[in-house]
Amino acid sequence: MKLIFEKGVPGRPGTSLPEPELPLDLDIPAELLRQTEAELPEVSELDVVRHFTQLSRRNFGVDCGFYPLGSCTMKYNPKLGDEVSTYEGFRELHPLLPQLRIGGMLTQGALQVIHELERLLCEITGMAAFTMQPLAGAHGELTGVMLIAAYHRAAGGGKTKIIVPDSAHGTNPASAAIGGFQVVPVPSDRNGFMDLDAFRKALDDQVAAVMLTCPNTLGLFNPHIKDIADLTHKAGGLMYYDGANLNAILGKCRPGDIGFDVVHLNLHKTFATPHGGGGPGAGPVGVRSELVDFLPTSLVEKRGDGTYVLRYDKKNSIGYVAPFYGNFGVLVRAYAYVLALGRAGLIKAAEHAVLNANYVLARLRDHFDVPYDGLCMHECVLSAERQTRNDVHATDIAKALIDRGFHPPTVYFPLIVKEALMIEPTETESKDTLDAFCDAMIEIAELTETDPEALRRAPVSTPVSRLDEYAAARELDLASH
Amino acid sequence: MAERDVQDDLKYTKQHEWVRVEGETATVGITDFAQQALGEVTYIELPEPGTEVEQGKELAVVESLKAASDVYAPASGTVASVNPDLEDQPDLINTDPYGAGWLCTIEGVGESELGRLLSSGQYRELLNQEES
Amino acid sequence: MPYIPHTEDERQAMLEVIGARSVDDLFAGIPPALRPTTDELSDSAAPAERPTTFDLPPAMSEFAVRRKLHTLAEKNATHLVSFVGGGFYDHFIPAAVDALANRTEFVTAYTPYQPEMSQGILQAMYEYQSALCRLTGMEVANASLYDGGTALYEAMMMAIRVTRRPKIIIDGCVSPIYRRMMDCYTTNLDIELITVEPREGRTDRQELERLLDDRTAAVMLQNPNFFGIVDDFTDLVNAAHGAGALAVASVYPVSLGILKTPGEMGFDIVTGEGQSLGLPLSFGGPYLGFMTCLKKHVRKMPGRIIGATRDGEERRGFVMTLQAREQHIRRQKATSNICSNEALCAVRAVIYLSLIGKRGLASVARMCAAKAAYARRRLTAIDGVEALCDAPTFNEFALSLPVENAAEVVNELIEKNIAAGFPLGRYYPDLQNVLLIAVTEKRTKEEIGLLAEALEAAL
Repeated sequence: MKLIFEKGVPGRPGTSLPEPELPLDLDIPAELLRQTEAELPEVSELDVVRHFTQLSRRNFGVDCGFYPLGSCTMKYNPKLGDEVSTYEGFRELHPLLPQLRIGGMLTQGALQVIHELERLLCEITGMAAFTMQPLAGAHGELTGVMLIAAYHRAAGGGKTKIIVPDSAHGTNPASAAIGGFQVVPVPSDRNGFMDLDAFRKALDDQVAAVMLTCPNTLGLFNPHIKDIADLTHKAGGLMYYDGANLNAILGKCRPGDIGFDVVHLNLHKTFATPHGGGGPGAGPVGVRSELVDFLPTSLVEKRGDGTYVLRYDKKNSIGYVAPFYGNFGVLVRAYAYVLALGRAGLIKAAEHAVLNANYVLARLRDHFDVPYDGLCMHECVLSAERQTRNDVHATDIAKALIDRGFHPPTVYFPLIVKEALMIEPTETESKDTLDAFCDAMIEIAELTETDPEALRRAPVSTPVSRLDEYAAARELDLASH
Repeated sequence: MAERDVQDDLKYTKQHEWVRVEGETATVGITDFAQQALGEVTYIELPEPGTEVEQGKELAVVESLKAASDVYAPASGTVASVNPDLEDQPDLINTDPYGAGWLCTIEGVGESELGRLLSSGQYRELLNQEES
Repeated sequence: MPYIPHTEDERQAMLEVIGARSVDDLFAGIPPALRPTTDELSDSAAPAERPTTFDLPPAMSEFAVRRKLHTLAEKNATHLVSFVGGGFYDHFIPAAVDALANRTEFVTAYTPYQPEMSQGILQAMYEYQSALCRLTGMEVANASLYDGGTALYEAMMMAIRVTRRPKIIIDGCVSPIYRRMMDCYTTNLDIELITVEPREGRTDRQELERLLDDRTAAVMLQNPNFFGIVDDFTDLVNAAHGAGALAVASVYPVSLGILKTPGEMGFDIVTGEGQSLGLPLSFGGPYLGFMTCLKKHVRKMPGRIIGATRDGEERRGFVMTLQAREQHIRRQKATSNICSNEALCAVRAVIYLSLIGKRGLASVARMCAAKAAYARRRLTAIDGVEALCDAPTFNEFALSLPVENAAEVVNELIEKNIAAGFPLGRYYPDLQNVLLIAVTEKRTKEEIGLLAEALEAAL
């Protein structure tokens, strides 16, 4: 398919623009102007509409089919969320308005949304306060790391390390390093839990924090998690919760009750805001009361008279991690989601997420290697190691699923499982969808024996087949000029 | 177990680098085991000639599609030259890791440091252990 | 239950296959001590007593949620005629942008890890990268960062990686909204961040060049600057390069419809806010951070990068490339921790730029400049009102008012449904009486006239 730049003709009129009303002479001197025009397309509105419509038809979202990417929580994105985010009162609001009239009186509705969502997230996680500023999960992690740094600095300093299990998502050690800490990786045991002995050895008085996700990236709940929290606190460290897997424990237990001090959530995972092909997301960070003072500036407070105000006077705040209050357009959707589900709905979400993952595991455990015995939580990890005997790898299984109308699960993560297939169905999938997926997986397992070459040729039903990633990295054609 | 070429006239490190020593100059590369683990190499970040390096510290970075691996200096000294062919043909590391896929040379390497490196026999042992 | 499709029969059938007796059994892995008692709530009845934990309101119907949110939306002032900018502008967004960007195959997709089934978004991102390169006059672009401020921070880190030097010189005319973010991010790092105070709204070139040394990783400038002033920074770029440092520019994309590009000036890294390219103001986000740079620095550039390649049948396709730099592979040594970014916003931007087109962007830029120039003339004609500085501006300009605090004047004008501009006193303590006024193609001659009349009356 052609690029948009390869379409159109010079001089073809584009979309309609507002009336100029004035002559368009510039009083900017010529030496400050660009010498040549930006070579943007010259296409009609219809050209553009057809182009991007065709592109959208070469894409696959949750709305198209089953999308069981592990740790991504690809649940259905309610259209209710889309609708409320388009209300003019939210959409057209300039972020500097609260600074025009004292008390943010021009934006009371928006401030109320932020405040109420914050209160709800506090109750869901057992934390004292949240900042809605972080613009994605990894951004929340970095914010959390900075809060931890601020806390320790105020307490006297001397903490230079952060412990991260080697089963963790890559953003964890990256965020810790970028936040200025030395990353201490701790090996995982058979179950993907931090090896307790190795952990005890690594835990000293220089450890600022331990970053964990619970359940872990294998979908398992660590029975020793409270012990780990106690040990960490005794050593003077803080517990950081990566909220990527919160969907498993909504209403069943809360990170705050387990002993976590800093928590980040992924609204584009647990709280059903759309992923958008890679964003925008939102990664609000919650903290225990001892860390509230350090939260980023501009917290929304509710006054006695019921009005909302932005507080800018927090002396110990780490400052601003975002230009304003966070990805408000995403916050609105998450707020609508929590209101729509309510207490019972969120609990049921976790229950059915865990039910679905266990069902898939149960149906597939005889056909694939299962690295860890027993029940899983909201996601299960299989291994395609058995299939490698026929020279079929996790990648081939993934590509074969594409031809059968499913988005593949996550492959090759977590790193501690060979040929990993990480499947997170989420609660919004019905039994017949899961059955169709399992049937396809079983068919693929059988083909591994009878016709492995067919799997290695997959996908054949897509606009392109397997692409030469080596050539991409060598030739580096990153833009059309 | 897959074929792993280990050459007898070289010294090795635990991080899968090899060293060919001629007088005070050491030529450095990564082993067959390392290049197999990395997959097709797409790019190598080499140090500037003249850079001072320390044994065990980062010397270069080898990038493939699925990994970016640090290469550590097997001995301390000064980087004398870097392999000019790797820019256009990074896959020399895959096809000829002990020959045309050499990374760089280090000058001023000392006896005692070289003494701490593994012999080819010891490196073979290490590979056997890693495999099991 | 909203969005949960299971029937009781299906639940039972599934539990049988799993070999568990009840859904509750599936949570046996959670130690009892960590499971507070959660009482069962029926779907319709109000609870007899408040639960001890997880105390959330009961579910609301879609109808009720819409009503509540609509009420909240109405409690915000969107009827004001806005002259507020500060880096975020009320531009015209063609109807087709929403229609296309809201296509569900884009909206509900995830990061394109499986390229064969994601060519839509991958090609759109490649086109976005291309458009940004052409707009800024640079060689490569990434597939988006969170916003203009984090993009500037990432550029800082990139310059430090490239030069291996610890010092950053940042012009005080760069957005204070971004500079305070930079302060926050560098708190725990060994980076020397030096701000050069503005001189009457302009860059203090002398001071900046004086500070340049062999420890400087980069010089960071903004064009047009926060006061709306347009400049040519080629001289400072050359000075930076002379000292072995990189030059970083934060720019306003719509202005590049007519203004000299950072590429033409010789900048190494270009960042900015893409909100003006078809994104609504949305009370602070989601926005769009963009980054473009010279190809020689591409391996040090953070963020996702999309590259073109071919499949086995020689068909052109697109993939995420250079991933070895990224967090999911390099982990603690990654160029950045960024994972999810602002992909859908980047798609909006490329759709907008395609709809507006080559001529269109130049027209929009000219309209902004012409209307702003008209507003500036009308307003400086008022007694006592002066431009902060005599230099050329694009669509934003700073006015010095004959009052102590410009914020008071702005408050008065709100009564007349006009958001007259942004008072700078909050960010620049010695500019309490200065008002920053932005004019886009959406503002009519009539509205500008109303502003002038109202301002005159207030003074």
